[in-house]
Amino acid sequence: MSASALVSRLEALCGAQYVLTHPHALATYGSDGLTQYHQIPLAVARPGTAQQVQAVVRACYEAGVPWVARGAGTGLSGGALPVAEGVLIALSRLRRIIAVDLDDSAIVVEPGVTNLAISHAVSPTHFFPPDPSSQIVCSIGGNVAENSGGAHCFKYGFTTNYVIGLEVVLSDGTVVELDRDDPGYDLLGAFVGSEGTLGVATRIRLRVIPVPESVRTLVAFFDHTSAAGDAVTAIVSAGIVPGAIEMMDRLSIKAAEAATHAGYSLDAGAALIVELDGPEEECNARFEQVMTLCSDAGARDVRVAESEAERALIWKTRKAAFAAMGRIAPAYYVQDGVIPRTRLSEVLTRIDELATEYGLQVANVFHAGDGNLHPLVCYDSARAGEPERAEELAGLIVKACVDAGGSITGEHGVGVDKKRYMPEMFAEPDLDAFQRLRCAFDPHRLANPGKVMPTPRLCGEVPGPYREHPLERSGVAERF
Amino acid sequence: MLGSIIAARPATFEAAASVLARASADGHTVRLRGGGTKLAWGRVGPESPIELCTARLAQVVEHNAGDLTAVLEAGVRLADAQKRFATAGQMLALDPPLASPASSDRNATIGGIVASGDSGPLRHRYGAPRDLVLGMTVALGDGTIAQSGGKVIKNVAGYDLAKLFAGSFGTLGLILSVNVRLHPEPLAHATALGAGGDPTTVAAAARALAAAPLELDALDIAWRAGRGGVLARCAGANPVERAQRVAKMMRAAGLQDVDVTEDDDALWARQRAGQRSSAGAMVKVSARPSALAEVLEAADLCGGVVVGRAALGVSYVEVDPVAVKRLLAALPAGARCILLDAPAELRAEIDPWGGEDGPALELMRQVKSRFDPTGVCNPRLFVGGI
Repeated sequence: MSASALVSRLEALCGAQYVLTHPHALATYGSDGLTQYHQIPLAVARPGTAQQVQAVVRACYEAGVPWVARGAGTGLSGGALPVAEGVLIALSRLRRIIAVDLDDSAIVVEPGVTNLAISHAVSPTHFFPPDPSSQIVCSIGGNVAENSGGAHCFKYGFTTNYVIGLEVVLSDGTVVELDRDDPGYDLLGAFVGSEGTLGVATRIRLRVIPVPESVRTLVAFFDHTSAAGDAVTAIVSAGIVPGAIEMMDRLSIKAAEAATHAGYSLDAGAALIVELDGPEEECNARFEQVMTLCSDAGARDVRVAESEAERALIWKTRKAAFAAMGRIAPAYYVQDGVIPRTRLSEVLTRIDELATEYGLQVANVFHAGDGNLHPLVCYDSARAGEPERAEELAGLIVKACVDAGGSITGEHGVGVDKKRYMPEMFAEPDLDAFQRLRCAFDPHRLANPGKVMPTPRLCGEVPGPYREHPLERSGVAERF
Repeated sequence: MLGSIIAARPATFEAAASVLARASADGHTVRLRGGGTKLAWGRVGPESPIELCTARLAQVVEHNAGDLTAVLEAGVRLADAQKRFATAGQMLALDPPLASPASSDRNATIGGIVASGDSGPLRHRYGAPRDLVLGMTVALGDGTIAQSGGKVIKNVAGYDLAKLFAGSFGTLGLILSVNVRLHPEPLAHATALGAGGDPTTVAAAARALAAAPLELDALDIAWRAGRGGVLARCAGANPVERAQRVAKMMRAAGLQDVDVTEDDDALWARQRAGQRSSAGAMVKVSARPSALAEVLEAADLCGGVVVGRAALGVSYVEVDPVAVKRLLAALPAGARCILLDAPAELRAEIDPWGGEDGPALELMRQVKSRFDPTGVCNPRLFVGGI
């Protein structure tokens, strides 16, 4: 099938107004939240129903054309970067809340529903815990694809802990129902976080939980991140599991304060936000303890949120940190490395050394409880060589995280941006095992190709005799 | 060679993998096992000439107390690991049967627990093994040793193969070691319990507790011959105060004989023990939590005894083997049933997994053929004869 024949078919399936092919219209979809990467697809299809999604995928399969599913496009690893000559399937029209079933603590939604809309739909009694900073716009389909986390996942877990059912369209157009309770392999668990490479979810059933009875929030200021890190260790060692425990360093405080005017002291070396939630008795007893532990670790100022407005301001300041970096530098690379929490001080020192060596500013914002760092490597594209230097520095920071026993990504995903770092964490046999899963779901490699895996790989026939693929013959791909 | 079984007890990952590689090359199948506490679960498959046991892969490789993580070889008995974690005031929040340090019968290994997806009352708060495993090292059917995940509590690099292997009953390969997340051991705990004789009242009481912001560690149901109760465990700094509050809610919901006790270990040991059956048949039922009353009524019709996770819709129903078919017919529509403990004759007669063909099963077959292409591991034990 020719490209124009495929486009005509997509128009027949979705309605002509929902298939974009004009270069200006396509440009909108050229990048996701990571704008360093840009790629114009053959076409953008905007199906309006799950059946249309299935038909679009089926049409792509029959035409042998790859496709990429996209939610709100807020991802930070280039996971929704289009494929040239491929179709981008935008799921923004699938935003119906299908069922709210609080008797079973569950909600069923379409993939385009925003993360925050889910909590709104089950409020005031329940909420959906994963809360990425982009939650007001990011879609649940994207959260499922990326296994999104957020500030509260140290206590509450990640998207994967809340997905209890999925309707998935596989790359050949087959619709599969996956339920957490079905006997057999946990295909649901394998699908969540697979970054759109195993298929596309068209209906999502989620577990929601009761809103905590009590929430207590404080922000403590320290002279240095290492003292704030000591406070984190002391809190966790005391057996306290805060709902959230977040740290910002001097540079990110400066940027965020300029944006939100929360009254943060600009000469503080670190701000530590600690939020406890849960039953009132438990929360109150532990909150006193947290204040003491912060003071013992050298906090020079501890501010307790005395109202919901004060709490909201603390969180607004934290969640604004990324966007506010525009006040510090015209551009930045954000990393998403994870380290064992006990190595925090050592790795931050290493990041400082690297920043000095490269002559660049690095701001640190992180989920301190789970050791998930978001170093923001600031640069100016107008200065010759600086973007490249920034990228190199960002790579070294990732490597420092892996060397400390951590991970290249805690919540942003591998996408295109971090696939080159995959060999830092995984050896060939590990990557081969990943590929086996990929091949079981998508043997023709049509779903979001070129993501996650560091090199293109094919799916051999299994079981059966070896046959050389034309791409192998030409040296484009290798077989495992 | 029929009837003669080679027992392999490798002490290294490489040796374990080479058993699989050799078997694969020679066209043999291999039966994988840990502590042997759940060997009878699954379909009755053909006998394998080789048994591969993890007994000598029994090191606690790492316990990173400051990071609340650990790396355990598959053959580590969970009870032994728990003792070690307890010295640092920590625990692996898994409490399936046959794994309590306090019990004399505690042979369940972490590899077997993860491979079978087994869990206990703590699943209410902390999830199943799949929710606590951060990473895994496995030997695939062809002897490839592969790692996935990591050792940190937050990580999305690569596919989450640990979830795929959790609950796969050894049909994709042998779990060699698991990286797990630990939790602080609660400072104290107390349990509120209340009884009732009407399934609807008891189920409604459990539902009310599930919907309240109580952060219970466990919320269980126990039911036998038309009478039963709800058990709610509170843990933390002020558990008794909180359990009193739960007790008040139980009374308001119509439960009787409501009581609070701090001496609650035996209560929960009984709930765990109720998940296994030595003489009868044990059916694990997963239904919507709101269908709990119907599950209890179905159990009553068949003389069944129930323990279960009220808020999760997971019930373990023990019945006489002759009553299993009657139970399956009486359960509410949409309930998924797995036959766990049962006499071999019954397991040969009824598919323990419930047979439902469809695209999901076809996808599972594809997964099996990729990870264990020559069908070496635990042949035909699993769903659909995988």
